[in-house]
Amino acid sequence: MSLIFSMGTQTHDAGFWSQLMEILTFRAGYNTTTVVAGTTLLGIAAGVVGVFAMLRKRALVCDALSHATLPGICIAFLVSDALLGDAKSLPLLLVGAAATGVIGVLCIQAIVRLTRLREDAAIGIVLSVFFGMGMVLLGIVPEIADTPAGGINHFIYGQTAAMRRADAILMGVIALGSVGGAAVALKEFSLVSFDEGFARSIGWRVGLIDLLMMALVVAVTVAGLQAVGLLLVVAMLIVPPAAARFWSERMATVVILSGLIGGLSGFMGSAISAMVADAPAGAVIVLTAGAFFTLSMVAAPRRGVVAAGVRRARLRLQIATDHVLESITEVERGERDPRDARRPGILLLLVLRIRRLVEGPGSRLVLSELGRRRGARVHRNHRLWEQYLISYADVAPSHVDWSVDKVEHVLAGHLVEELEYALIARGVPITADGAHP
Amino acid sequence: MSPALHEFLRLDLMAMLAGTLAALTCGLLGNFLVLRKLSLMGDAISHAVLPGLVAGFMITGARTSLPMFVGAAIAGLVTVLLVEVIRRLGRVEPGAAMGVSFSILFALGVVLIERAASHVDLDADCVLNGQMETIFWNPPADWGAFFTTETFFGEAGVPRQVWTLLVMFGVACAFVGLLFKELRIAAFDPELATTQGIHAGAMHVGLMVVVASATVASFEAVGSILVIAMLICPAAIARLLTDRLSSQIWVSLIAALTTGVVGYLAGARWAVHLGMPRSLDAAGMMTIVAGALLVLAIAFSPSHGLVARSRRRRRLARTVLLDDLIGALYRAREAGHDTIAPEALTETLHGHSRVTRGAAMARARGLIQAGKESLALTDAGITAGARVIRRHRLWEGYLVDRAGFRPDHVHDPAELLEHLDEPGVETPAPTIDPHGREIPGPDAAD
Repeated sequence: MSLIFSMGTQTHDAGFWSQLMEILTFRAGYNTTTVVAGTTLLGIAAGVVGVFAMLRKRALVCDALSHATLPGICIAFLVSDALLGDAKSLPLLLVGAAATGVIGVLCIQAIVRLTRLREDAAIGIVLSVFFGMGMVLLGIVPEIADTPAGGINHFIYGQTAAMRRADAILMGVIALGSVGGAAVALKEFSLVSFDEGFARSIGWRVGLIDLLMMALVVAVTVAGLQAVGLLLVVAMLIVPPAAARFWSERMATVVILSGLIGGLSGFMGSAISAMVADAPAGAVIVLTAGAFFTLSMVAAPRRGVVAAGVRRARLRLQIATDHVLESITEVERGERDPRDARRPGILLLLVLRIRRLVEGPGSRLVLSELGRRRGARVHRNHRLWEQYLISYADVAPSHVDWSVDKVEHVLAGHLVEELEYALIARGVPITADGAHP
Repeated sequence: MSPALHEFLRLDLMAMLAGTLAALTCGLLGNFLVLRKLSLMGDAISHAVLPGLVAGFMITGARTSLPMFVGAAIAGLVTVLLVEVIRRLGRVEPGAAMGVSFSILFALGVVLIERAASHVDLDADCVLNGQMETIFWNPPADWGAFFTTETFFGEAGVPRQVWTLLVMFGVACAFVGLLFKELRIAAFDPELATTQGIHAGAMHVGLMVVVASATVASFEAVGSILVIAMLICPAAIARLLTDRLSSQIWVSLIAALTTGVVGYLAGARWAVHLGMPRSLDAAGMMTIVAGALLVLAIAFSPSHGLVARSRRRRRLARTVLLDDLIGALYRAREAGHDTIAPEALTETLHGHSRVTRGAAMARARGLIQAGKESLALTDAGITAGARVIRRHRLWEGYLVDRAGFRPDHVHDPAELLEHLDEPGVETPAPTIDPHGREIPGPDAAD
């Protein structure tokens, strides 16, 4: 990111930061304040509403929806021009956008229900065909309406600079409405998102709730057209929820976090865009959200990539340790030929030494007292599992060892005891060789 | 050469050829995307190549150069990898993973373009819409000088975009032709492919590489929206019309060809004749034609179309109604009523109008004689009724003997099964049903 912004022609003198602070604290002039406030509200609303869209696996339906608004905008532009003479009546344009957007979504559902095509194909079809229609209309609007259609282009890429106070207020109202709706119906939306069948079975009208969710998505999409443009508004709906999902498993937390991330992206993105020349607000907002997403994906405490990697590495280390200790135990008891012993790699050997599980020189490793105890336990687990699989799971004796290798590490101590008692109670000898430690 | 033809060759032929070649290339590859539920990968790639394109452009500063192509192709592959990484490592749902990666890359591209726009002539619109209108050819106006290398390969010869697309189409054909068997198995059953020694993952990556290059090669000429449409629509149309992959591919190519030619002509030529103030955006018209063809396929496909399916459903409903009516009359006959009033059947056939309709059909087929107040089976009707009742009672017997149903629970299931064939499990077939009634013989008539 910093690379992109430093490429600007602007010189980043000391005034840069004070100017940025002014924008961030809404003291930077009327227009900038309007834009920053509007996109922040939009970000919050998109973040909140997007969570449900993501959980319903509708992320890309939103993309089709936003692309499908283009023909509606063009038609509304023509209608508005014919009726009012003033070609830019924003509410009318937004109504047109919503109309074809909704028609697009209905087409997706109809294609999925009535044909053998699957949802991904249906989404792609609606997205491209509707947008193609929009492009054809866009080409002839200036000729028919006899005015340049420059205003419509703003809806494709977003043009915050063209935002007027009324536009920002409209956006704010839609945003507040969506957040309010989501807050009131959080329970209903969550249940339908997670378990539609259950919601239906307790008598909820799932279709109606679904429709409400979709209506909020449509409202946010349409509100976002002007700020971020129809190509990128989908990012506002998808990226913050996907980022928030890394941090929590609880619905309410995810919704709040997603709203926060969306709001912050809108706030910081539009502020940065106001500072830097040639940095369109919509794209910068999306990149800011993208930075949040990357951060979340890498660093989130439980679902994050780093945390998951550490967990996996730990488990692998434990399994490798168990295998080596078991192998040495078997060699010491004369059950395994020393030539077949598993030899730990350098790293593993280091870990074993640090944990004081083994002693002695590398060529003649012996178990420490601690290592002996743990090795014996692993060895016993192995035998118990073997016996269990032979007696109860109908696994052929010659196949047992292979299966045991996978499961012997997962048993907790008390479960091993339970298994042991159960086997004794049924008169099954616990170890195949009677070498019970 | 007539001036009209020359004008067509000069202004339209090459643009049409570019659009059609792009449509054919994408349509061919799209077959495998649609099968593997990857339709939207084309969407993702074609949005996400923007930053690569701009980066290549910024490095060289020239618009028509290999670096741009390379940059875009790299960006396309990065998208594919990014989607996989986010999906696997982040455990994000595939749709959202795709949305996240391509929208962020696209945003990056938009910012890069704006930054570059001050020094260079490039805007995001040309990526979306393409530049079909700028593809011209300058052949000589008379046939005598036409067939020279200069006409085709010279300075004013066939434009570069068309050559690129021609090569790309060849590559796509070669890819599909050589690896058809492998692609087919990997598309339908990746596990089976692996057990047969075909690396399904490698096939996936290979397909993605070709799709990414086709996307990049196409959208300079025709724009990314047409690329998305052509990766999905022809394959979807063909999938509605055929059931075999090989025929699906041929049909999709025909659909792509039609889309390209008709779409271009409709936009560039016919629109003006039809009273439009100017010619229409050709790429947009092609997507509309593709959409229209798809609507036609959804409605009128002989096997999977709505019309055919509804006709099949209606035919089945007619058979069921007729069977029910004849069966009811046959039962009444068994009970000693040779004629029966239509009102008596209202409940059995679920409604008075169904009785009237069924009676009309049965009379037209010569199965009953219907007076105003009474219905009676003809000889043909008795034979047909016996067959229905035979099937019903054989199924009842089957359900009790073979499926372990209680005798008082078998009537309703047998009401459904009687419209199928006989169960045919035993020889000789039983002659008495679980309720002790006689089962009419296979060629029964009274």
